[in-house]
Amino acid sequence: MTDFAVSLAAVSMIFETAGGSVHALDDITIDVRDGEFISLIGPSGCGKSTMLRLVGDLLVPTEGNVAVRGKTARQARLDREYGMVFQSSTLLEWRKVAANVELPLEIMGVPPEQRASRAREMLALVDLTGFEDNYPWQLSGGMQQRVSIARALAFEPSILLMDEPFGALDEMTRERMQMEVLQIQKQTGTTIIFVTHSIPEAAFLSDRVAVMSPRPGRIAEVIEIDLPKPRVFETREDPAFFAAVTKVRESLRGFEAFE
Amino acid sequence: MIARLRRWIPAIGVFVAFIALWEAVVRVFDIQGFILPAPTAILAAFPGAWPEVWPASIGTFLSALGGLALGTTLGILAAAGAARWPMVRDGAMPLAITANSTPIIVLAPVANAWFGLLSPWSTIVVVAVLVFFPVMINMVRGLLSTSASELELMASYAANKRTLLWKLQLPGAMPYMFSALKVAAALSLIGAIVKEYFGGSQARLGQYLTLKAGNFQFEEVWTAILLASAFGIGLYLLITLVERRYMGWHVSVRAAKV
Repeated sequence: MTDFAVSLAAVSMIFETAGGSVHALDDITIDVRDGEFISLIGPSGCGKSTMLRLVGDLLVPTEGNVAVRGKTARQARLDREYGMVFQSSTLLEWRKVAANVELPLEIMGVPPEQRASRAREMLALVDLTGFEDNYPWQLSGGMQQRVSIARALAFEPSILLMDEPFGALDEMTRERMQMEVLQIQKQTGTTIIFVTHSIPEAAFLSDRVAVMSPRPGRIAEVIEIDLPKPRVFETREDPAFFAAVTKVRESLRGFEAFE
Repeated sequence: MIARLRRWIPAIGVFVAFIALWEAVVRVFDIQGFILPAPTAILAAFPGAWPEVWPASIGTFLSALGGLALGTTLGILAAAGAARWPMVRDGAMPLAITANSTPIIVLAPVANAWFGLLSPWSTIVVVAVLVFFPVMINMVRGLLSTSASELELMASYAANKRTLLWKLQLPGAMPYMFSALKVAAALSLIGAIVKEYFGGSQARLGQYLTLKAGNFQFEEVWTAILLASAFGIGLYLLITLVERRYMGWHVSVRAAKV
């Protein structure tokens, strides 16, 4: 059918709550290319997290259609196409670091020796070799988030869904983590959908940035980020980077005027 | 090791001081034995009381333990059911909470009629019923304490309900289970002894206590009281030990270890 990783067609989402219905997303249509890094950015409450959950089949849209690699979102979830990373690392606190990374493999029935070697490999990828036998609470916030990225990648999902994964980290850790994610993507070729509040983060990481309007969330503009790849530390000092940041910022300000 | 011993010194000091004060108060004010016997007098009564009070304590303790095991097992199973099916939860939880707020121990005389005066089952069942509700309520709370993102994570792995229970909900409920167990352990001994006040085998602590108090043999009464507390404390320590062994990851145990 298509070689898009993810296709949303005329997707709307209305939540029925005790206080009435909330129109979270309206008429979202977008295609995500295979191997692409796309960011969703917008004011709080614009439904960007909801959109991520619709792709991951954690929510079912009220209207419209979500296709993932030519399948329904539900089938894709059952086929374990998604790796999820949340704002909080969501590590299981009773499991040691390695056991946390092994969790999805365990659920998927991978034999123990294979699990252990895969966990080691993944922890090496996020630069946490030597921390296998630590408990999550013994790690810093940034390290915990790296474990959760290792866990999300452990079963080689084709799509990584990241919901403000670096939102709780300090600026320096955040920048380091951004480099790591890009490196991981280069190595694995995973498609990444990335929700963020941060304009520079979106500009630095993405091939495209989808700017969303306030509720009901619509895609106001999709901005191509024309920065050379691989993105490096100096990219942040590149005038083209500032131009991209400005473009996203102006797009976001466009609908602030209506408020 | 030495540092750990040092931490115990205040507790041991207070304990010793308490016993010494007790002894002194009894002697100075010449308090009658039936009101409060001196620690030395209780100690002296132990050898004579032992052949009777020890088997009675063991008998009561085993009934309490049996009831604790039965009630805890059923409580956990019921909680798993309630956590799994909202229908069960909505139906059973109000009853459980109501039952938990009533003094169930009033069932004791009825249990004698149901299971027979001398059957250990009358005690075991009373204890089990007593223990069931706090365990169930705590476990339901524990099983449902999973965060939204933990549930989403498991959904993204297409985990089924059983996996969810074993990999996420049960381990997450462990802290709740241990606090429930500590409450239940104390409750089980109280329940067993009080139940035995209402009748049952002579070779049980409840009957031993009523009998000796009736005969004004208060030194013997106190040997029974001390043995009952010893069993209670032992049970509590055992649970705490298991908790520390298997829950080193939890914040409460982490803090206790420092």
